[in-house]
Amino acid sequence: MDFSPIFENYPLFLEGLVNTTKLVVSALAIGLLIAVPLAILRTSRNPLVNGPVWAFTYFFRGTPLLVQIFMIYYGLGQLQFVIELSQDWTFLRDAYWYALLAFTLNTAAYTTEIIRGAIEGTPYGEVEAARACGMSKSQTYRRVILPSAFRRALPAYSNEVIFMLHGSVLASVITIVDLLGAARIINSRYLAPYEAFLSVAAIYLCFTFLIVGGFKLLENRWFAHLRPREQTTGKKQTQPA
Amino acid sequence: MDELFERLPFILDGAVITVAVSLVSAVVALVLGLLTATAKLSRSRLARAVATVYTTVIRGVPDLVLMLLIFFGGQLLVNHIAYEWFGYEDYIDVNAFIAGTLTIGFIFGAYMGETFRGAILSVPVGLLEAGYAYGMSKRQVFFRILIPQMMRHALPGIGNNWLVLMKTTALVAIIGLNEMVFRAGQSGGATREPFVYYLVVAVIFLIFTTVSILGLRLAEKHYSAGVRRA
Repeated sequence: MDFSPIFENYPLFLEGLVNTTKLVVSALAIGLLIAVPLAILRTSRNPLVNGPVWAFTYFFRGTPLLVQIFMIYYGLGQLQFVIELSQDWTFLRDAYWYALLAFTLNTAAYTTEIIRGAIEGTPYGEVEAARACGMSKSQTYRRVILPSAFRRALPAYSNEVIFMLHGSVLASVITIVDLLGAARIINSRYLAPYEAFLSVAAIYLCFTFLIVGGFKLLENRWFAHLRPREQTTGKKQTQPA
Repeated sequence: MDELFERLPFILDGAVITVAVSLVSAVVALVLGLLTATAKLSRSRLARAVATVYTTVIRGVPDLVLMLLIFFGGQLLVNHIAYEWFGYEDYIDVNAFIAGTLTIGFIFGAYMGETFRGAILSVPVGLLEAGYAYGMSKRQVFFRILIPQMMRHALPGIGNNWLVLMKTTALVAIIGLNEMVFRAGQSGGATREPFVYYLVVAVIFLIFTTVSILGLRLAEKHYSAGVRRA
């Protein structure tokens, strides 16, 4: 194996790294922003409110991300008004925005269900206590339900972040040069599949470990009150099995 | 609209291929998963290490990267071996169906392995000991007691993996297997209405998902026979 094509073309991989990071981070951030209100609507008992949100999450969680990307990139890009719009706004011709839209909607759907589950897992006593303190509905959400729901959602959300990182490779299918896109260019130029794909596989693996480690740190912080109290009591307690 | 109905059988034929890819890779994944779980729970340190590396690496790398690696790399490797060892000079094309199912099976074997490991651990040892006490061989205990007993715990995990696996099969369109996503692309290109064809495929996927969920519910009921709900 000869890895010199990889090192010679490191700017290409750097570009890919930047694109992957930009896509993943912005899709996750926007997706989370959309998901919180949707999750609250999803817990509503009114079927007219929770139905549309259910349909949205069911569609985006039940179909492959690849099909969603194709629908948005080829489908939306073909609509007459989008074509007319892209006369003025040339950025609409860039595949990047279509990928971002697809990723955002996809991660919003998954995150909505994660947060919904966490909201529904709120112990009723907490809500009751907030009511008893005279908090309004929005105050209850802001001060009591959402903070504790986020905490409970964290482990599932870390999986979603990894899923999004892994899903982002599909951007390379619609001509975006992300990390995998760079590897595909190198492979077609040098016929070096092992070198190209193994090196990006290693990079993705590192990213995954970074995310896992980062969430561990977050969990340590947010779940500090749930940790066994060995350190504070001074003497070591034996945990009952 | 007429065109859509004319092309629908073409897409549906592709849907059959999608189902075939899903089923074959699920079988590969189940077998690999069982092997991995047994390796992870075995006394041999080597087996445990191999299984751990396998599940960690596979679950840390995007599936498309692995698929392209196996498809393009495997192609090179097969031709290299054929030429160097057997003196075969013609070019061998690696079948996209085989490359796709093997890759997907290989990836989901890692996920299934984790599922099975947890499920096996939740089977009370006493049940297995009872089997040995009756004079059953290791094999018999494995197939008659361990598998039916752990299925109840493994089914939710298997179900989730199956749902994800089915959606992952869309990726084989990228390596050129003419399943339904690939065919939707062709039809969409020919008719200049890609949105409609991808929407049709999305709906077919939704139907598959829904049917699977219903089927899994039945299976869970079957394997939970005799268990009281709290």
